[in-house]
Amino acid sequence: MSNKPSTLFDKVWDAHVVRSIPDGPDVFFIDRHFIHEVTSPVAFLGIENRGISVLYPQRTFATADHNTPTIHQDQPVKDPLSAKQLAALSSNAEKYGISIWALGSPKNGIVHVVGPENGITLPGMTIVCGDSHTSTHGAFGCIAFGIGTSEVEMVLASQCIMQPKPKKMRIVINGRLGKGVLPKDVALYIISQITASGATGYFCEYAGEVFENMSMEGRMTVCNMSIEMGARGGMIAPDETTFNYVKGRDKAPKGEAWDKALAYWKTLKTDAGATFDKELVFDAADIEPQITYGTNPGLGTGITHSIPKATEVKDGEASYKKSLAYMDFQEGQPLIGKKIDYVFLGSCTNGRIEDFRAFAKVVKGRKKADNITAWLVPGSHIVEAQIKEEGILEILNEAGFQLRQPGCSACLAMNDDKIPAGKYAVSTSNRNFEGRQGPGARTLLASPYVAAAVAVTGVVTDPRELLSEA
Amino acid sequence: MAYDKFTVLRSTAVPMPIENVDTDQIIPARFLKATERKGFGDNLFRDWRYNSDDTPKKDFVLNNPIYSGKILVGGKNFGSGSSREHAAWAIYDYGFRCVVSSFFADIFKGNSLNIGILPVTVSEAFLDKIFKAIEADPKTAVEVNLPEQTITLLATGESEKFDINGYKKHNLMNGYDDIDYLQAMKGDIESFAAASLY
Repeated sequence: MSNKPSTLFDKVWDAHVVRSIPDGPDVFFIDRHFIHEVTSPVAFLGIENRGISVLYPQRTFATADHNTPTIHQDQPVKDPLSAKQLAALSSNAEKYGISIWALGSPKNGIVHVVGPENGITLPGMTIVCGDSHTSTHGAFGCIAFGIGTSEVEMVLASQCIMQPKPKKMRIVINGRLGKGVLPKDVALYIISQITASGATGYFCEYAGEVFENMSMEGRMTVCNMSIEMGARGGMIAPDETTFNYVKGRDKAPKGEAWDKALAYWKTLKTDAGATFDKELVFDAADIEPQITYGTNPGLGTGITHSIPKATEVKDGEASYKKSLAYMDFQEGQPLIGKKIDYVFLGSCTNGRIEDFRAFAKVVKGRKKADNITAWLVPGSHIVEAQIKEEGILEILNEAGFQLRQPGCSACLAMNDDKIPAGKYAVSTSNRNFEGRQGPGARTLLASPYVAAAVAVTGVVTDPRELLSEA
Repeated sequence: MAYDKFTVLRSTAVPMPIENVDTDQIIPARFLKATERKGFGDNLFRDWRYNSDDTPKKDFVLNNPIYSGKILVGGKNFGSGSSREHAAWAIYDYGFRCVVSSFFADIFKGNSLNIGILPVTVSEAFLDKIFKAIEADPKTAVEVNLPEQTITLLATGESEKFDINGYKKHNLMNGYDDIDYLQAMKGDIESFAAASLY
């Protein structure tokens, strides 16, 4: 071991390099591999065509989420193509002895929600999945990132991928978050400051009081959104908050194994004097509830602001105008008061129990606005059960909201949960790309507080006004 | 899956001077339901290319017969968003072998290299030159030379070097893939796994 100060990222990365290829990538060992129905079938076909098997099936975990319906999950899936993909996932898992939480399993849910809540995700791991929001697991001090199907095939075949080591960035935010400001706002604020490609080529560590004081759910939200600023992933050093969250979970180590793991996990932090390729510092006091107005996640602003002029944003003028034209927004237009049609609470970004608590806090004692169609989709059956146990479901029902069943749902609209063309949706998910939530759909990304404020008022509303009344 | 070897490509190019072309535009999620790698080229840029009644949008570059070729030239931050390799498949299946931009999203770049598409990163100034050259003459030829790591506007001879690591370059030039390499070092991987904490 060298005594040179090292970063959290370097410690975890270097512990997983099987071989460094000169003038090439590292052969990088993967501790946990998550698969779902959309990006895995072609990878299984690939190993089959090569006549090879899955090297370590016990290191891969399957869950169905991208393509699943969020109502009537007890009935057969109607879309034949979706049904075929789900069947392929199940048969591949069975064939190779891979653990699967298929549709209908009490453990089923969005891959990035079920991994952590069942203790499959542990500090210091390397985790990949054919899904860019795998960065979520970085909340545990993991190096976790999305991969393509060729790489899914590599992991199945060899438990390794070929990966050039990214550059390192650290984002430090000290101070206290203001009232009504949630972890989602922190993520959207950072992206609005550095653009949707501001961290491309980097792996990011989040540090400072704001992240130290954040819950695991909040840290997952922030790390989840890392890819939206172009970073391959983001990570936060594990601490007591992390250990308390992990301890006792289904697949977390127990007894002596726990003690041994814990001793290692406590070493996983950036040493004083370690250096980064880039460091950014922000002040918590500058962050207000955020909302996006354009067609990439970097086009967002504080909710009380107006839509910037083309000269005030870093995107090129032609691209910016194309973006506003798609949204049917004007430069200089205020966001507050904009009439909205749909509200979506859910996704791997904001489909956890804290997100439902936050939503319920705002809608409690109020009524859903008549012009709003609201889709409230828990991230997993475990989250769904918590919502019921904590009495949140009653609050939601009382206010005129229904709960749907778990899945990725309207975040990417692969199932029937599509926002109609031309309609405006305030969504707690992660992407506002053209057509992301349905062809022609117009998405404004925001936190669960903002989504709730919109859901009860029917227009873009600063949640702080509603929280102050409560 | 095997792909065509890449050495020197001379072709006309298709210009798409738009920034942040994300993978949801390259192939929308509703076309990701296949269980085989077939037919993705038909839905490349689906919602930019076709109206909701499936008629072609006349103003979209792929529907303009004056532009064609095996090289796609995109604006900054090409391929951002989702990790779907289907985006690279769609580009390959449509007939492109090379994508040029001043800046690529990481996952898209890796996916492209893994399936035999060469992503060429050029300076903003050179990207601008390429766009202007195509605008002036849609039939202008571009040469992408992988062994020399150069991209050249053949009409004027203007050229720029591009980066690629030696390992990936060797793979692309020979049509190799990573799994062959990984299979050959299985013993090392097994020893590594045996010592793993998890």
